[in-house]
Amino acid sequence: MLSQHDIQEAEQSGHQVYSVYVFEAPLRAWHWVNALLMVILAVSGYLIGKPLPTLTGEAADHYMMGYVRFVHFIAAYLFAAGLVARLYWAFVGNRHARQIFLLPFADKTWWREVLFELRWYLFLESTPKKYLGHNPMALLMMFFFFTVLAFGMTLTGFGLYVEFTGAGGVGDFLFGWVVPLLGGSQQTHMWHRLGMWFMMSFAVLHVYAAIREEVLSKHSLISTMISGWRMFKD
Amino acid sequence: MTETFYEVLRRQGITRRSFLKFCSLTATSLGLSAAAMPKIAQALETKPRTPVLWLHGLECTCCSESFIRSAHPLTRDVVLSMLSLDYDDTLMAAAGHQAEAIIEMVKEKYRGNYLVAVEGNPPLNNDGMFCIQGGRPFVEKLKETCADAKAIIAWGSCASYGCVQAARPNPTRATPIDKVITGKPIINVPGCPPIAEVMTGVVTYMLTFDRIPELDRQKRPKMFYGQRIHDKCYRRGHFDAGQFVEAWDDESAKKGFCLYKMGCKGPSTYNACSSMRWNGGVSWPVQSGHGCLGCSEDGFWDRGSFYDHVTGIHQFGIEADADTIGGAVAIGTGAAIAAHAAVTVLSRIRSGRQVQETAAETAP
Ligand code: HEM
Ligand code: SF4
Repeated sequence: MLSQHDIQEAEQSGHQVYSVYVFEAPLRAWHWVNALLMVILAVSGYLIGKPLPTLTGEAADHYMMGYVRFVHFIAAYLFAAGLVARLYWAFVGNRHARQIFLLPFADKTWWREVLFELRWYLFLESTPKKYLGHNPMALLMMFFFFTVLAFGMTLTGFGLYVEFTGAGGVGDFLFGWVVPLLGGSQQTHMWHRLGMWFMMSFAVLHVYAAIREEVLSKHSLISTMISGWRMFKD
Repeated sequence: MTETFYEVLRRQGITRRSFLKFCSLTATSLGLSAAAMPKIAQALETKPRTPVLWLHGLECTCCSESFIRSAHPLTRDVVLSMLSLDYDDTLMAAAGHQAEAIIEMVKEKYRGNYLVAVEGNPPLNNDGMFCIQGGRPFVEKLKETCADAKAIIAWGSCASYGCVQAARPNPTRATPIDKVITGKPIINVPGCPPIAEVMTGVVTYMLTFDRIPELDRQKRPKMFYGQRIHDKCYRRGHFDAGQFVEAWDDESAKKGFCLYKMGCKGPSTYNACSSMRWNGGVSWPVQSGHGCLGCSEDGFWDRGSFYDHVTGIHQFGIEADADTIGGAVAIGTGAAIAAHAAVTVLSRIRSGRQVQETAAETAP
């Protein structure tokens, strides 16, 4: 499963190229859908807290805030459903599908690899390592700034969402505890909004690191998330 | 022999006609059907009177002020005659030892069968010395009085959450009632002050039905605190349309658009203002053109400016909100990435040169 370009490149440089199938189709589909939803959620969410300039005329002629919130909630439902589906895939998918949920915290070599990656990013190592699954440093970031944060955003999001439906009912039963736990609705809004900024910062970092590794480390990252195959070009 | 409510009311000069009017008024304000009215009347006629002791801790008396201004004079008269009979430092005639003796008397006579309504809260620092009543800390009086009570009503944001005297840094350690009294049913009726009709509604409900109203997770009666201000606000149409006041004197303000951008806390505040309004339905904050301050929410003094929707974060020790901190994180990340990328490129160029140089050296 090598692209034409890769084969050419390999032939030209006389290097050995081999590839391994790491990310299965459902995981890859989820990754890109999820990325899109995150952007939609961040933009619509930003506009919920700091709305667009006021509209004039009759209220009945507009539904601006209504649409923005509608987009946020539709994307939110898909995001949450995606997260549940992704969790399910962690059980039935291959071992790489479990990576972002279960970190080998007890594994000493893994921590050494994290340290190595830290040195690599601080320009203290000259040659990067290659990994079949996720780079350990990246994994650590993914775990805290995506996995944990995504569940946090879903909980605070649904906590706020069930406020609209009021006390009583299924929604209140499932998520009604979130708002009092965080010290009130205002606080929940605050954390939800702060979470958005952290998530977006991570996303930018994630994209940068992926491109950089792709260029420097001689193994594929971005195309891996598209085709599923990890290519090692040596 | 203990009197029934009805006997007390008649003794206080309230006619039977007024009594029945009161019963139907109560049924309506509690959202009950017409069939509930005779039940309320019957309950009041037959049930022995439940005494209410009204205590005052650290507070400003705005709850009492609100309470005695309940919209319908009848409600006020009836409820006051039911209440003032026993104990309320600010409203009763008795004073000094005579007054304090009343508490002892009620505790003795109605053990486990009286209600305590608390306005304000006890400060706990320095052994409670910041609030002294009858020569001893209020917290002691509170604990003693509540020990044999059937239930406790925490009036206002002070008693429910702490309010202004508990605002950061809370020097006296003013503490809400439910953190001091345990093992008793507590009903929180937050607001600074709570709406008069909400207060009388809660008291009447408890006195007539002899049970506490259904409460939510924060121990607030669901019938009055089940929805946010925003859910019933008459300016909500403008919110959904995206029509906002952007400055206090702009065209939108004159047209009565939504006050969200002016920091209205209606979307995060549970209270009945937008449906019951204030002063007998005359007006309420949003109707007067000013956003809701969120006075019935926990810690509302510590949530940053009253005029920003995105609110302050104190954990960071400076005046900051989610956007300033989040924005700084995002910009910091961006800057770090740019710097990192630059160093990466530079070191690549350098090592590239080295490769070339070594290649040149080893070339024959
Ligand atoms: C990546 C995930 C998400 C991001 C980045 C995000 C972002 C935001 C932001 C920035 C706000 C504005 C907060 C404010 O200033 O008050 C917001 C509001 C909100 N979000 Fe999310 N959100 C996400 C996921 C969710 C999810 C899963 C739900 C679940 C239903 C949700 C429900 C809400 C609700 C109910 C509000 C409040 C809307 C209102 O007050 O009208 N969000 N979101
Ligand atoms: S004025 Fe306040 S409570 Fe009313 S719709 Fe606007 S934000 Fe909501």
